[in-house]
Amino acid sequence: MLKAVLKKILNLIPTLLGVSVLAFLLIRLVPGDPIMLLLGERGADPQMYAEMKRTMGLDRSLLHQYFTFLSNVLRGDFGYSIVSKRPVLTEFLDRFPATLELGIMAMTFAITLGIPFGIIAAVKRNTIFDYSLMGAGLVGYSMPIFWWGLMLIIVFSVKLGWTPVSGRIDVLYEIERHTGLLLIDSWMSPDGGFAAFKSALSHLILPALAMGTIPLAVVARMTRSSMLEVLGEDYIRTARAKGLPYVRVVIVHALRNAMVPIITILGLLFGSIITGAILTEMIFSWPGIGKWIVFSINARDYPVIQGGVVMIASLVILTNTIVDVLYLWANPRMRQ
Amino acid sequence: MLLDVQNLTITFDTKYGPLTAVRDLSFSLKMGETLGVVGESGCGKSITNLAIMGLLPTQAKISATRLAFEGNDLVSMSERQWQRLRGKDIAMIFQDPMSALNPCYTVGHQLVETLLVHRDFSKKEAWSESLNLMEQVGIPAPSERLKAYPHELSGGMAQRVMIAMAISSNPKLLIADEPTTALDVTIQDQILRLLKDLQEKRQMSLMLVTHDLGVVAQNTDRIQVMYAGEVVESGLTQEVIHHPTHPYTSGLLAGHPTAEVSTKGKARLPSIPGMVPDLRHRPQGCQFHPRCSYAQDKCRREMPSDAGPTRCFYPLSNGRPA
Ligand SMILES: Nc1ncnc2c1ncn2[C@@H]1O[C@H](COP(=O)(O)OP(=O)(O)OP(=O)(O)O)[C@@H](O)[C@H]1O
Ligand SMILES: [Mg+2]
Repeated sequence: MLKAVLKKILNLIPTLLGVSVLAFLLIRLVPGDPIMLLLGERGADPQMYAEMKRTMGLDRSLLHQYFTFLSNVLRGDFGYSIVSKRPVLTEFLDRFPATLELGIMAMTFAITLGIPFGIIAAVKRNTIFDYSLMGAGLVGYSMPIFWWGLMLIIVFSVKLGWTPVSGRIDVLYEIERHTGLLLIDSWMSPDGGFAAFKSALSHLILPALAMGTIPLAVVARMTRSSMLEVLGEDYIRTARAKGLPYVRVVIVHALRNAMVPIITILGLLFGSIITGAILTEMIFSWPGIGKWIVFSINARDYPVIQGGVVMIASLVILTNTIVDVLYLWANPRMRQ
Repeated sequence: MLLDVQNLTITFDTKYGPLTAVRDLSFSLKMGETLGVVGESGCGKSITNLAIMGLLPTQAKISATRLAFEGNDLVSMSERQWQRLRGKDIAMIFQDPMSALNPCYTVGHQLVETLLVHRDFSKKEAWSESLNLMEQVGIPAPSERLKAYPHELSGGMAQRVMIAMAISSNPKLLIADEPTTALDVTIQDQILRLLKDLQEKRQMSLMLVTHDLGVVAQNTDRIQVMYAGEVVESGLTQEVIHHPTHPYTSGLLAGHPTAEVSTKGKARLPSIPGMVPDLRHRPQGCQFHPRCSYAQDKCRREMPSDAGPTRCFYPLSNGRPA
């Protein structure tokens, strides 16, 4: 088991190198000139233009630029944002908790509802439960995030007035930063407490709902089909023949086996969180990574995009590795 | 009477109409008795077993004038009551031991779990009882094997584990549904000897379903030959093997001199020309008549009854029509 895990970790190295190359190249392939964007009118002056180009290191060869970038990254230096002049790492760490909180909430929503829904649909297959759950799942899956997000805002924020439209917490609250996760920090601040927590939660609910709906549908569907397959297996008959209560047969014997493909899907879903985050954060003005990246791309903020993409990709790869390890846990046959 | 089955009928609702997989099946089993059940594929052996365990799929409809275990009616039993019976008084082992064990849990986990549902054990006691059971079924290095996952076992070992699990609550009836079909020939004999041994030691009843007439000859007191969901012949094993009276039994035994059948456990069911009828469109009269070389007009019109030892109008004597 330990060896298999170590192997997975070693496999990360080439993947991460590949990511760094892609992140570096992609932004340079996009038309647009960061110097012109930065200098504006003044960019017309060739001398100023050349000087700016030199200070940013853009006059060097691509290869040289890449290796400078890589060696800096390896030392933990992601450079400075062209726009804000602040270190990319700081900018990233400022915004990351917001996305993390949103992503965790969305996935928690997807998993805690999706798995039970899938189990119920499988156990009660071809009944009204099954049909309505899977019908709802199909609708949820086909819903574009931006449309669904706007609908949620219109219904719950505008019409019913239950939840705020945007942001992470009411401006009233001055929350000290400890973890960056407002659901936690709201309790720790002097002027925090339940009211602040409630405010943070009510801001979080709609975006998490919007972002978690597609994963919810995917998880429910996957759980159902995986459970259906497992419930027909011989060892389920054995478990029932032993006299175990049906609930135990379903949860302990069937679900545990069904988790193997479900975990694979979860890994893929975690990877797609960032895509979901970009759309969701734009709609709900959520001050996270997604919004930051979109803004930086528009500004051709090379260091932010390079660094941000590398950091995001590393996180995705890391979660995938964790999922792979979970997969080993779930599937003893893979442990050699 | 430990198990009493009278006029058991099992019907499946299928897309193409009802399918009567088992029809008017009657048999009984005494304490400590071994019953061999033989018959070609699809003649309802496994379905009957599942009915006795209350594990039929939901699309199966069951009816019987009597289906009782130790005098308790099984048909009207609640799921709760079934759970107390399954694995405790009636245990079952299956054809493919490798797929019958849950791949996600260790052997020990699965054994302990069984012990914990039916017996008043602490986890620790259950673990040591598991060791004990593993020894009883002849598994070497049992404490290591308890920590192994099913995929780390051979087929024979896995079947031994299944047997250990099955006998863990001292069942009164053990149903073995083709317990050796998936195993190597050399292992088959060992497993059968183990089953027979345990049956004798514990005085449990054993229902041994198999395709292998040699196995039945060696290991059972009584035999029951099934065809198209009905019993066509039953009686003392030695009697039936040596003097079959139903043409189907005789056909199954054909080409296997009885002496050989009873010594070597490798006599597979020989093929009788023709096929088992489509159970949705059963023939009129005797179910076997389309394949029977002795069939007469009466056989095509009327159903022979199962009142006697053989369900045949013209029973054979010495391998010939009387
Ligand atoms: N779920 C089901 N739906 C419809 N028909 C079924 C179902 N399960 C079994 N049957 C029918 O019941 C009949 C008896 O099946 P069963 O499994 O008891 O046969 P068997 O005697 O155990 O055969 P084998 O020797 O191959 O194990 C089969 O002919 C099959 O068509
Ligand atoms: Mg069978």
